[in-house]
Amino acid sequence: MTNDQIKQAIIQIISVIAPDEDLSRLKSDVALREQLELDSMDFLDIVMELRKRYKVEVPETDYGHLASLDSCAAYLAPRLADK
Amino acid sequence: MMTTHHRIVITGIGLTSPNGNTLAEFRTNLLKGVSGVVWFETRYMGQVLAGVCHYDPLTYQLKKEVRRGTRAGSIAIYCAQEAMADSKLDFPSFDKSRIGVYLGITEHGNVETENEIYNISQYGYDTKCWSHHHNPRTVANSPAGEVTLNMGITGPHYTIGAACAAGNAGLIQGVQMLRLDEVDVAMAGGVSESIHTFGIFASFASQGALASHADPTKASRPFDRDRNGIVCSEGGCIYILERLDRAQARGARIYGEIVGYHMNSDASDFVLPNAQRHIECMQAALTKAGISPSEIDIVSTHATATPLGDIQECLALRAVFADCPTTYFNNTKSFIGHAMGAAGALELAGNLPSFDDGMAHPTLNVDHVDPQCEVSNLVLNAPQKLARVDYILNNSSGMLGINSVVVVKRI
Repeated sequence: MTNDQIKQAIIQIISVIAPDEDLSRLKSDVALREQLELDSMDFLDIVMELRKRYKVEVPETDYGHLASLDSCAAYLAPRLADK
Repeated sequence: MMTTHHRIVITGIGLTSPNGNTLAEFRTNLLKGVSGVVWFETRYMGQVLAGVCHYDPLTYQLKKEVRRGTRAGSIAIYCAQEAMADSKLDFPSFDKSRIGVYLGITEHGNVETENEIYNISQYGYDTKCWSHHHNPRTVANSPAGEVTLNMGITGPHYTIGAACAAGNAGLIQGVQMLRLDEVDVAMAGGVSESIHTFGIFASFASQGALASHADPTKASRPFDRDRNGIVCSEGGCIYILERLDRAQARGARIYGEIVGYHMNSDASDFVLPNAQRHIECMQAALTKAGISPSEIDIVSTHATATPLGDIQECLALRAVFADCPTTYFNNTKSFIGHAMGAAGALELAGNLPSFDDGMAHPTLNVDHVDPQCEVSNLVLNAPQKLARVDYILNNSSGMLGINSVVVVKRI
């Protein structure tokens, strides 16, 4: 997957987890929690969906890499290279 | 004589039933004979008969709340918000720490557990795919807790597990907490989401107690000779309870006063009700109310349309109301099926407007009364106008031999 495809995949996941949010103006370089009402259970949902949809395991020590769309893409790109 | 501080009255009602999302709609359909039973798709079992509610969850919840919570919690939130609005209490300025939420449930967690097992079955039963939402969804206080989260209520909340006697049990808990001065407002009643697990249908089917009929609206037929079991339903009904002095001081509309109640146990069988304990429960509730059986105008029966259960209840009704020519009997499950934890609360609500209109709603679908269910003044198939309605007795019972009775007086 390309970085853009990864960002779109994350946005798609968030649209399910936070269905009341307007995701049309998300800034890639700003922390998701600064732009959206997301709590720790929501982040666990993102981790869960990555596991279910893409068979990617994100260990707890790496959760910080999911802070923004850009950091998600950077962290997940090598793990989703063949997806 | 109890002081007005310890007399507990109903000042608000919120409900969702398979045939109505407000008390007015529910009542209209009970008088018109409108059933809420439909065909319903259930995992593993296909089409089953069920009572399905059609309230809009987004009336009071965000989509995220609906997703994160449970169906029982969503039903509870809808009913609680509707009840609070109906009471016309000044909720925004009310001390939220003095409001208690007490909800009866038949069971809770089966729906969510079944969903998770199905979920991980799609991923090779990898338990890493088991949701972190499962525990907060399945703790037994969940439906009541969701109400407090949604409404910002900081007083006590919990559910009361009481099988199908739970709706009355929730009400009784509310009365007791008000009398103990633990709260100033009790939001009390019952909820059920049971139709969203196949297990309840499958278990009743295995027990030989699941209703079947080509026409869904005729499937739930308590007291009828040809009844063949229970129609499972979802629903909820929550009451705003207050002390009489406070309700009068603010000029609240009062639906009725809870003047008597009782709960007891059969101690005789896992599933079969015990007529003698029914008798004792109703008599104890009447004693607490300080009235004789003949003063009851309407008895809202529990009958679920199982062959043996209905007979046991009717044995008890004939014994308690032996010489009561002006006592009438009806049944709400014949319209909406068995709403489990919500049943008792809904069934009482549907009868309360009788204080104003003097009508007793009927029992539907009784083509031939089972001779063993013969009770004088059984209101069948069409509403009956009564001379006056001053007292209603609401009878409920459930598995493991649990009985609950509430007596409400016109005020």
